[in-house]
Amino acid sequence: MKLSRRCFLAFSIGGAAGTALSPLPWKLTDDLSIWSQNWPWTPVPPDGEYVYMDTTCTLCPGHCGIRVRKVDERAVKIEGQESSGMNPGGICLLGLSGLQLLYGPTRIQAPLKRVGERGENRWQTISWKEAIEEVAGRLNELRSKGQPQAAAALASEDTGTVPQLMKRLLTAVGSPNFYRMPSMEDSQAAVLDLTQGDEGFIGLDVERADFVLSFGSALLEGYGASPRMMQAVNRLRASGGKLAQIDSRLSNTAAKSDIWLAPKPGTEADVALSIAHVLIARNRYDHAFIAQWAEGFEAFAAMVAEKYAPEKIADQIGLAAEQIINTANAFADAEHPLAVCGKGKGQLPGSLKEALAVNALNALAGNINRPGGPQAMTGYEYIQWPGLLPDAVADAGLQTPRLDQAGDVVYPNPGYKVHRMIEAVGAGSVELQALLVAESNPCFSLPGADKVQAAFSKIPFVVSFSSFMDETAMQSDLILPNHIYLERYEDVPVKAGTTGHRVGLCRPVVAPLHNTQHVGDSIIQIAHAMKGPVAAAFPWTDYAACLKETLSDAWETMLEKGHWEVPETTYAAGSEGFKTASGKFVLMNETIGAIYLADAPLPAGDESQYPLQLVAYDTIRLSSHYVGSSPFMLKTLADTTLKGQAGFVELNPETAAQLNLKEGVSATITTPAGSADVRVHLDEGIRPGIVAMARGLGHTAYDGFLAGKGVNVNRLIAPVEDPASGLDAAWGSWAKLERG
Amino acid sequence: MSSNEKHQTDGRTGDAHASSPSDPRSGPYILLFFILGLALSMVVGWSIFPKLLYSQKSQPIDFNHKLHLEQVDNGCQSCHFFREDGSFSGSPRLAQCTDCHAELLGESENEKVFVEQYVATDREVPWLVYSRQPDCVFFSHSAHVFGAKMDCETCHGPIGNSESLKPYEENRITGLSRDIWGRNISGFKQNTWDRMKMDDCAECHAQHDTLHDSSVQTGRDACFVCHK
Repeated sequence: MKLSRRCFLAFSIGGAAGTALSPLPWKLTDDLSIWSQNWPWTPVPPDGEYVYMDTTCTLCPGHCGIRVRKVDERAVKIEGQESSGMNPGGICLLGLSGLQLLYGPTRIQAPLKRVGERGENRWQTISWKEAIEEVAGRLNELRSKGQPQAAAALASEDTGTVPQLMKRLLTAVGSPNFYRMPSMEDSQAAVLDLTQGDEGFIGLDVERADFVLSFGSALLEGYGASPRMMQAVNRLRASGGKLAQIDSRLSNTAAKSDIWLAPKPGTEADVALSIAHVLIARNRYDHAFIAQWAEGFEAFAAMVAEKYAPEKIADQIGLAAEQIINTANAFADAEHPLAVCGKGKGQLPGSLKEALAVNALNALAGNINRPGGPQAMTGYEYIQWPGLLPDAVADAGLQTPRLDQAGDVVYPNPGYKVHRMIEAVGAGSVELQALLVAESNPCFSLPGADKVQAAFSKIPFVVSFSSFMDETAMQSDLILPNHIYLERYEDVPVKAGTTGHRVGLCRPVVAPLHNTQHVGDSIIQIAHAMKGPVAAAFPWTDYAACLKETLSDAWETMLEKGHWEVPETTYAAGSEGFKTASGKFVLMNETIGAIYLADAPLPAGDESQYPLQLVAYDTIRLSSHYVGSSPFMLKTLADTTLKGQAGFVELNPETAAQLNLKEGVSATITTPAGSADVRVHLDEGIRPGIVAMARGLGHTAYDGFLAGKGVNVNRLIAPVEDPASGLDAAWGSWAKLERG
Repeated sequence: MSSNEKHQTDGRTGDAHASSPSDPRSGPYILLFFILGLALSMVVGWSIFPKLLYSQKSQPIDFNHKLHLEQVDNGCQSCHFFREDGSFSGSPRLAQCTDCHAELLGESENEKVFVEQYVATDREVPWLVYSRQPDCVFFSHSAHVFGAKMDCETCHGPIGNSESLKPYEENRITGLSRDIWGRNISGFKQNTWDRMKMDDCAECHAQHDTLHDSSVQTGRDACFVCHK
């Protein structure tokens, strides 16, 4: 037999025919198509029973009520609570993407101790016992050396059991150095104190206003509790009300406003006083309120008459006199006008002069503590712990001055001045031996971020309670990771512009995924490990016991309703409640007068060298608070804000032409604080001479989803101390932009 | 192929490879090889392929449906029930079994395994589900049980009568059970529950075409009804 090639071919053809006549090819094709659906990167929703749990979001100061849907033990969706009194059914982009933070790769999974140098990101996993004992040991060492005041703590809030536990620990140890990250709350507290003789915070009754005059507040981009604010402003406009936005950049809020004024940045106080001038000159203020409830009106009127006539001031602030007059008229036309300030999301205190001036407008409108106006809200006093008697060592430490009390200001106030603390530590003029950081990321979020990091290098012992490997955690020596909000119980008092006293309940939706521990437990354990009088100051076995005992009767309500309305601390409607000596609202007195006369807080720098002004802006698409933006959020950024790894700055085409910069080109922006590589986006909606950059990009820590993208504007902006209050009023910096 | 020398001396041009189809040397073998190829591939396609395609897996516990059906009041729905929100619970979870089986009730080896390895350690039993469809399929039990008033056996067969669980023949490529395509490799079925492919669903849907006519183009079910 001779095997020929034809035989082989015949065999193959026979084989092919037979295969086609068998089920093999058809079955195989069908199976392969199903196989392609099994590829591991194709997301498939889990199957199982749905369970809904209500809790409170803590990712920003808004503290909205959220509802989490779970399938078995896996959380699959976060939505706004329909039943929430504050944000019915509404949730923002950050809150919505909380699950990416919960299940994401940047979670710190166990207590870590640094090996190698700070910033090298080399860690050794240690046990909780070891971690707690090391912190306790260090604090005890400070006490034994008679230097308890060299310990400090930094948190993002100062109300609620957790921050109060941190503060209590410091007090028992003997240090007055508890700090809260800066926020608009600081200047609000100052305003309340100066004008109403009261302590607390300011709630904004936007729901009952019909005209909102916003001085740069990102009402539609994350100010306060964002869903609440967005819903309220939209409802206001839908029912015929108006929004006036004062913003040097056409932000989303400005784009949706009815009146948009774009003065020179930093002149907002003058704009407000000029509007006041028009209101008084034309007799368009609430005479009844002023006559009966205001003190110092004549002096105030005299001041604005002398200095703030629109024609006089127009050039200085970069507006036309017409604009000021029309806005003032529109404000006066409304029945319930409300003036609001706090730039962007209100993360910085800002200028006290501006806050006072804006509040003066509210006084002229007669809406103080009235429907549609700013409401003076007393602070939260529900935490009634046993008194603390510091021992001799602690007492001596508590007598020492705080690290942030230097400087000469018109209005000395007890607000936290973290920038001063950083500056003093960085300069070496004070000694800080230990720093505990919880729920905050100062190495990223504070203006002058590079200086903050440099100051950290002077602190020998830094402990971070962060759940994420953020910039501050990278600079720490010990990380005691906290449960993330979806894994823990906590009381969450709400303050961001709300007009009610609600303490939300943050409750665990899933069991802790990693070997983390509630920061409350960590603090209590540290105190117990320190023994002696410090341990005695913490009579609870653990945080759960502390929380239940603190809330006592309210605990059941919290569990059932998810929040608790604190009774007897809301004011009666009307203007009663001014706690000043005269019982009236103080429009002008010696201190306030001096504040109005003080220099405007301006960034440092030689204008001839730096001809442009860099302003930072907030957007709902980025988080610039403690928590880093989620991958979902980054996906929503336009290519003109972030493209690949490159961050953009916005520039008016006129200015760009002068600098020979075209759309999309690379450039270098330099300020007295630092420099960075950026790309340029041209936008007519930005004042000529201004460069705008989004806040929240430029992370160097976290993970591949976030790190290395864009520029951290806080590296380019240095803190600017307000001569009036000593608070940080940085809104931007002088800058120059050159082709890169 | 064949040696060239002889042909070349003939003076023929080009075609050294042209061979006459009636070349007596390899002719019958061509047919033979063709038939051989045909036969072999048919054997592979019809017998060997199905054997290789499926792996035999056994269920973690050999569950006796018949025994349990005698003990409950509500038939299949006693354990395979609808939740309050209308979703179908599927295979029972440990919590349902432990309502009765928190401790050993009988003497069977299977129950012993169940109580020791699963109840005591609070582990869900990793049942292999014969009727599991690929991820592209959206199926609502509510629509068929409450809507179409179908009974379980039409699609799932008389499992309630079984005293043990048949082996799970897992398709090595897809991970699904052989019950989806059907035991018969050519796709022929005798009972409605022998196959669970799209065409099998379509058989019923086609009979009720006044209800299933969401597609403008075909007048029958649109794709998205089942493929969300």
